[in-house]
Amino acid sequence: MTEVVAAVLADHAFAAGLSGQHIDRLAALATLIEVPAGKRFFAEDQPADRLWLISSGRVSLDLQVPGRGLLTVETLGPGDELGLSWLGPVPRWQFGAVAQLPVTALEFRSAAIQALCDRDHELGYELTRRLLGAAISRLQAARIRILDLYAAPTPSARGPR
Amino acid sequence: MTMSQRPASYRVSQRRDETHDTVTLTLEPAGAPLESFHPGQFMMLYAFGIGEIPVSVSGPAGPAGLTHTIRAVGAVSRALCAAAPGQVVGVRGPFGTSWRESDAFGQDLLVIAGGIGLAPLRPAVLAALSERVRYRRITVLIGARSPAELVFPAEYGLWRDLGARVEVTVDRADASWQGHVSVVTQLIGPAGLDPQRTLALVCGPEVMMRLTARTLLGAGMTASQIRVSLERNMQCGVGECGHCQLGPLLLCRDGPVVSYHAAAPLLSIKEL
Repeated sequence: MTEVVAAVLADHAFAAGLSGQHIDRLAALATLIEVPAGKRFFAEDQPADRLWLISSGRVSLDLQVPGRGLLTVETLGPGDELGLSWLGPVPRWQFGAVAQLPVTALEFRSAAIQALCDRDHELGYELTRRLLGAAISRLQAARIRILDLYAAPTPSARGPR
Repeated sequence: MTMSQRPASYRVSQRRDETHDTVTLTLEPAGAPLESFHPGQFMMLYAFGIGEIPVSVSGPAGPAGLTHTIRAVGAVSRALCAAAPGQVVGVRGPFGTSWRESDAFGQDLLVIAGGIGLAPLRPAVLAALSERVRYRRITVLIGARSPAELVFPAEYGLWRDLGARVEVTVDRADASWQGHVSVVTQLIGPAGLDPQRTLALVCGPEVMMRLTARTLLGAGMTASQIRVSLERNMQCGVGECGHCQLGPLLLCRDGPVVSYHAAAPLLSIKEL
């Protein structure tokens, strides 16, 4: 099973550039899971203690908004990382997450990742870089969406007519 | 007055609401038809008594008719959007450069649209799908503000049936939406780009095109493999009046479709 997990991990974008040795160490912490559509990974404000690397399917990050229902704030798919809140100062899920389509993913306990990083600083550096990269990508995407790029342009002298 | 300056009369034969502010008009010639267009080219549409605006053709190349998708953002576009079947509008064109999607024969064709930017790309998608076997993969990535603001949503299934991969994402969604929620650039990675053998056609708000091109360049494509559609204040349509100048380009003549290699240095200049 560990070989299967290592192969799935090696195929994931998160592991691009990692050495075989590092992939094996990380794979030893992972469990390959299959999650049916509709099943919830976690709910908002619960303790954040895991990381998933999504291999297939789609996950919705959602938030209950009074009067508007459960809103999807972002979707994640193959190659994405699910569950970054444990990296923050308050390790609780900021949003909920539910499988929109059947999902295959590698599941890690955050405590195990942190312990591995403490033991192996070189791997810790690589993982930190990747997790930071994922967080920055999400931040940039959120900023772009805030711009509301598709809104109707403001009429101006040289603009829309 | 030359032929390119004299509007031909076209009658609205069909009007379809796409979104709350966007309409697709089908036009039939009321007299002699204009010459046929290439995907990506635009026409100058004249709402008589109000004014004239450039609008890309959004329908397939046909024997005589034209299809235009128009967003109501100003006096002229509002008048055109309100045009009822039977009403006559003036049309000049076709003008400008085209997508030249056939340059991707034997390669992957990647079409990336943001908002109403799908309208100028639709003729290229339809043309490519009509010659599906001449391409490797055809991928269409579509981004919109919300599900209600997607244009041509009823066609995506047909495009998939004809052999395209079509992925749709929105910025905001209600609980009923079961698709992607993200920026359109986040669809590029999962699409499995083959950067050496891909031609990308990109249309949408300029910032979206810039960010998309940046993502494609980061994935290993070159600027020459990316084409974008730019718009400025097109008026004469033949590169004489200079209103649509963007640096060294007169976009009514040298555009709207330009290589990102030419466009990139111009898109971040504040004064342009």
